[in-house]
Amino acid sequence: MKRLASIAFATAIALFLQGCAGWQSALDPKGPAASELAWLIWFFTGLCAVVWVLVMAALAVPLLMRSRQHAEPLALDAGADSRKLRVVMIAVGLTAVILVGLTLLSFFANRTLAAIGSDAALTIRVTGHQWWWEVRYEDATPSRILTTANEIHIPAGEPVRLLLTSTDVIHSFWVPSLSGKLDLIPGRMNVLDIKADKPGVYRGQCAEFCGAQHANMGTFIIAEPRAKFDAWWNDQLEPAAVPTGDEAKAGENLFLKRPCVMCHKIGGTPAGGTVAPDLTHLASRQTLAAGTLTMSRGNLAAWIADPQGVKPGSHMPVVDLSGDELNAIVAYLEGLK
Amino acid sequence: MRPVAALLLLASLALSACQREERDTRPQSALGSGEQPTPVTTLEPGGQRPSPTDNKAASFEANAFHLSEGKRLFGWFNCSGCHANGGGGMGPALMDEKWIYGSSMESIHATIRDGRPNGMPSFRDKIPDDQIWELAAFVRSLSGNAPSSAAPSRNDDMMAHPSENRMPDAATLGKSP
Repeated sequence: MKRLASIAFATAIALFLQGCAGWQSALDPKGPAASELAWLIWFFTGLCAVVWVLVMAALAVPLLMRSRQHAEPLALDAGADSRKLRVVMIAVGLTAVILVGLTLLSFFANRTLAAIGSDAALTIRVTGHQWWWEVRYEDATPSRILTTANEIHIPAGEPVRLLLTSTDVIHSFWVPSLSGKLDLIPGRMNVLDIKADKPGVYRGQCAEFCGAQHANMGTFIIAEPRAKFDAWWNDQLEPAAVPTGDEAKAGENLFLKRPCVMCHKIGGTPAGGTVAPDLTHLASRQTLAAGTLTMSRGNLAAWIADPQGVKPGSHMPVVDLSGDELNAIVAYLEGLK
Repeated sequence: MRPVAALLLLASLALSACQREERDTRPQSALGSGEQPTPVTTLEPGGQRPSPTDNKAASFEANAFHLSEGKRLFGWFNCSGCHANGGGGMGPALMDEKWIYGSSMESIHATIRDGRPNGMPSFRDKIPDDQIWELAAFVRSLSGNAPSSAAPSRNDDMMAHPSENRMPDAATLGKSP
């Protein structure tokens, strides 16, 4: 019976820990900062576990081994006293050594973290909004500055400097596979350096409660080889694809005539709103609505038809569109690769 | 017995915080037509035409959620480009007691939806009707026409007026009665 229970327990733990791998896990580091932090937390946890076991053993031994009664309970025993004093002194000394040791480890880990981005060649400005991420790639040439949303492309193996700020409330940027979390604060610029060792897709999540749709404020870090990243950047700088086909053309026309144009920007068209995600290359992203829906024609239609059903409280209003109008706008947006 | 009574009292105090203003994030679009005939000028044969009432006006004008959404939209849609945070520039000031086309929600809604002569553009197809009502409610609050318990609070930027919930009451023009 006992054996069965322990097997069940072990299975449950194994199933539970399966969630620790994958594209959003602090225990599955894919960058120098995350591995440094993961190593540090494992070492802290291990050492503290050893100390805890030793303390419990030291408490258990005298409890289990009753000392025999002395004939004279109040008699002084100088030998036993000095033995006890020695034990206490050793324990205090060990505590001091461990505390100082852990402090130093933490200090050097922080130095390593701070050194990651000292020669970062790429600066990305990440602005938190309720509830999406604005991503602006800085460049010395103004025409090469690029603004997108929710997906952050970075070159793999290179340090990238992120400048974090917010326009409304405090958000927190957290991509557990790559780095620790850092707040995005209105009116303040925080700096976070990240580096992905290998190409891959890593999921991030707002880690500071920022309102109703806090849980639906996801982001994706897409680390690519340098050449692919540069090609991606050049693609994104292009104006939006010109719609082909009658339905898509009607969709563009509707987009510019209806409330969409008040908030969204589409490069190469008169749409120039900056308070909502840039849609110039919307269909090239993997998700919609900050990681809430996968990109597909059906999800696009669902999101436009009833944004408040997908993300209640989001700032995208319900726009009165007929079925044909909705289809046309979706056909247009679908072509914005 | 006494601890039980104290516990009940604490529970009722804690639960009283559960009562809050309802946020209608997904209004029925059937109600959002807002197609009431509002004149764009006060020049009418026989004096001013009575402005028709709309059931949206009452539900929006004292609702804290809609007022603060209106404040956000006022910034997003760059109303300040002409009205300078309510202080007035190219467009008239919105924070005083002068209303060229009347101070009712319906009139302000019609102004935003249909535009007015001499510069105010029409936002009929550009802003969903509920958002126009939110803007209208906020514009009214700029001159102290909204209850201070519902009006939006602190501004993050420089403004031409105190925060809306600190505006002098329009009914008494700031003087104590």
